Amino acid sequence: MNRYPLWKNLLIGLILLWGLIYTLPNFYGEVPAVQVSSAKATVKLDPAAATDRVANALREAGIDSQGIFSDATSVRARFAGTDEQIRAKDAIERALNPDPQDPGYVVALNLLPASPSWLTAIHALPMYLGLDLRGGVHFLLQVDMPGALTKRLDSLSGDLRTVLRDKNVRHAGINREGESVHIRFRSEAERDAARSAIQASTADLQLANRDDGAGDFRLVATLTPQALQTMRDFAIKQNIGTLHNRINELGVAEPVIQQQGAERIVVQLPGVQDVAKAKDILGRTATLEVRMVDDTPGALEQAMAGNVPFGTELYTERGGLPLLVKKQVVLTGDRLTDAQPGFDGQTHEPAVHLTLDAAGARIFRDLTRENVGKRMAILLIEKGKGEVVTAPVIRTEIGGGRVQISGRMSTTEATDVALLLRAGSLAAPMEIIEERTVGPSLGADNISKGFHSTLWGFIAIAVFMCIYYALFGLVSTISLAANLLLLVALLSLLQATLTLPGIAAMALTLGMAIDANVLINERIREELRNGSSPQAAIAAGYDRAFGTILDSNVTSLIAGIALLVFGSGPVRGFAVVHCLGLLTSMFSAILVSRMLINGIYGRRRKIDKLSIGQVWKPGN
Amino acid sequence: MEFFRIKKDYPFMRHALVFNVISLLTFLLAVFFLATRGLNLSVEFTGGTVLEVTYAEAQPLEPLREALAADGYTDTLVQNFGSARDIMIRLPNKEGADSNGLAERVMGTLQKASAQQPELRRVEFVGPQVGKELASDGAMALLLVIFGIVVYLAMRFEWRLGVATIIANLHDVVIILGFFAFFQWEFSLAVLAATLAVLGYSVNESVVVFDRVRETFRKKRNMSTPEVLNHAITSTISRTVITHGSTQMMVLSMLLFGGETLHYFAMALTIGICFGIYSSVLVASPLAMWLGVSREQFIKVKKEKEEAVV
Repeated sequence: MNRYPLWKNLLIGLILLWGLIYTLPNFYGEVPAVQVSSAKATVKLDPAAATDRVANALREAGIDSQGIFSDATSVRARFAGTDEQIRAKDAIERALNPDPQDPGYVVALNLLPASPSWLTAIHALPMYLGLDLRGGVHFLLQVDMPGALTKRLDSLSGDLRTVLRDKNVRHAGINREGESVHIRFRSEAERDAARSAIQASTADLQLANRDDGAGDFRLVATLTPQALQTMRDFAIKQNIGTLHNRINELGVAEPVIQQQGAERIVVQLPGVQDVAKAKDILGRTATLEVRMVDDTPGALEQAMAGNVPFGTELYTERGGLPLLVKKQVVLTGDRLTDAQPGFDGQTHEPAVHLTLDAAGARIFRDLTRENVGKRMAILLIEKGKGEVVTAPVIRTEIGGGRVQISGRMSTTEATDVALLLRAGSLAAPMEIIEERTVGPSLGADNISKGFHSTLWGFIAIAVFMCIYYALFGLVSTISLAANLLLLVALLSLLQATLTLPGIAAMALTLGMAIDANVLINERIREELRNGSSPQAAIAAGYDRAFGTILDSNVTSLIAGIALLVFGSGPVRGFAVVHCLGLLTSMFSAILVSRMLINGIYGRRRKIDKLSIGQVWKPGN
Repeated sequence: MEFFRIKKDYPFMRHALVFNVISLLTFLLAVFFLATRGLNLSVEFTGGTVLEVTYAEAQPLEPLREALAADGYTDTLVQNFGSARDIMIRLPNKEGADSNGLAERVMGTLQKASAQQPELRRVEFVGPQVGKELASDGAMALLLVIFGIVVYLAMRFEWRLGVATIIANLHDVVIILGFFAFFQWEFSLAVLAATLAVLGYSVNESVVVFDRVRETFRKKRNMSTPEVLNHAITSTISRTVITHGSTQMMVLSMLLFGGETLHYFAMALTIGICFGIYSSVLVASPLAMWLGVSREQFIKVKKEKEEAVV
């Protein structure tokens, strides 16, 4: 009765093997590396081409790398030592950024996991360490949603004015009051006409009638819940996108930029110590400018020759062609309310759809009327330097504020341009509401403290169990070790962030997991005391203890899940490890220890005595 | 080796009243300290800025305090953190004051204040918005735990046992908080996590005992309710002490090696474990008895099928 079928043994063995493989990367440590990423929001890094360039640069400089890896946004090269790493950084920097004044790439020193490539290939990566363990900066940014809403309503009031004027509906004033827009009318008929005109033009508004005394007819417009939600999502996404672009510039190895809750963004920059610079980059504003292209014959050639005509600037287009742009700004990004990728209605070519607010639409109509056939340029200005996002030709006069840019664009290009146009300015202002900086020495200290706590606690438990329960204690210790192995493997696989509270949870989970084995061992002793045969005592011990173990783990899990749901920051780090640990402890305490006990005792016909320490009977 | 050589069930229930009075007194004492002294909440809850700096050699605090006061930082708390070389400086949030760059400015003051150069170990700034949410989230988590556990125990066992367990364990939580209020230890998020973990953990204990209660009720028909409770407690006492001993070894290791950051976390766990044993065994069981737990509630009533007879 104390035998597991072969498949069960194999399955447990396989799971343990899996645990071992996924735990392995944590033992290799890290090697020095150089990371290359794009320095400009408008330049996308082509991983394949960049890999070749990095490889060439290294070959020319005679530096051996230990492998060059690339992902969608960056290329990383590993080196044997820090000397090579620094020499390689200089070599790559020279090769990729011929003009140090205007770097196209960020070349940064970095650390990469040293695990062999076959482990990386199966996504066996080391645990992701939290900032308190590796050092770095953490920011929690609050997006100012009321600010974004006000901005949106202000631009809506302008739109409503345009709509009513276009439809020839008379009104007595449009004002934003709090979170709604009030439109006054002198008669009921005018109000009804306005209502249908507004409803025909937008679906984002909820309209309600309000009559304040005689002769004051009002229409109160508020954003529909859907429109409000879209606005919120949009503001958060746009801010995250912008932050991504800016943080890339810092060359941080693995920045974390995540939404937290409805209105917050977490930014974690491991390894960054210069808080002031990080804040500067996060808080920087970029602006979008629309200017006209100077296409006077000969002017471009003159500018290329180093003689830029007065009132113009020389830029390079995305395709690499030079472009002469007038200095006069016709429209700024404030007037742009939305930019989305899409398709041209007639030609089905990829296109970017822009929406301008009322004032912007008027300016744009005048601009396009006067400049049909000419080119305009949309520039992203950051740190006082401009980049040409796109430079389309104006085909016809465009009124109504809905602009479409199309032609010579792929779908991805359209998406990129739309993103850049939106990133031109943050949708809503942000405020830092939480900031944490952890120095690298503290991080290293925390790791060693957490590690030693767990280690010594584990040793103390192991020694006690082996003395008190003899062979059964040894089995319990082995299954406790299996629990730790599986927990680390699971954390590595999920790439959950390990923090100091997480390590504490790991230690605590181990301390609590031994409970299951104690329950089982005590039950077996009790059965023996009551006169059961050794084999029957093992079977009964495991069976009876199972219900209790299940109940106690479920209640602990309830507490763990509550912490996971409501916890943030350190509490969440604790809860993740705690919950996972409860699951792995169920497996290891029951199945792994049973497999071992079955292996030791299950095959024997006759057992005189179990090695479970002294079993005292009341009779003796 | 066998620690517990018990011949007969120990009559725990005979002293039920005593245990409950002791609990009630400790509970009231804890509530008293919570009410009069209050918790020493960490910066995570109150908002503010904390800096941790370390010096190469022991650094007296007084010159630093004077320098900070001279530069206009009022209400600052300067104290040692773990050793005489490590110093923690806590500054409250001020209306209208610019929190940006505060850490840099304070470091500037510190550099001037002493011949030794401080090394910045950690900065934490928490805005005023965050703290309130943390407190309400903590309360929500506590409610969810209580509700979840009562429902689970009511399903698995009996509502009386669920209620008895949760009362016993909440009393642990209050006592832990009482300790933190009495000694004015810093109550941080990590301590909150430990407190809730203790709640889940001591419930374990009650579950193990009640599991035995249920089993005994079903097996032994001639035992009265107090006898069943006595038997259940006696037969699990060995496991209780060994399990908690093992967990405590781990926690002790954290207390010894975990450094300042884990110190109060481990402290909360230690108190929780000690009172957890006491409350789940000696408080939950008498409570269940007062609530009127009895055999009938555990024996499934077999419904006899009545079929029509012609």
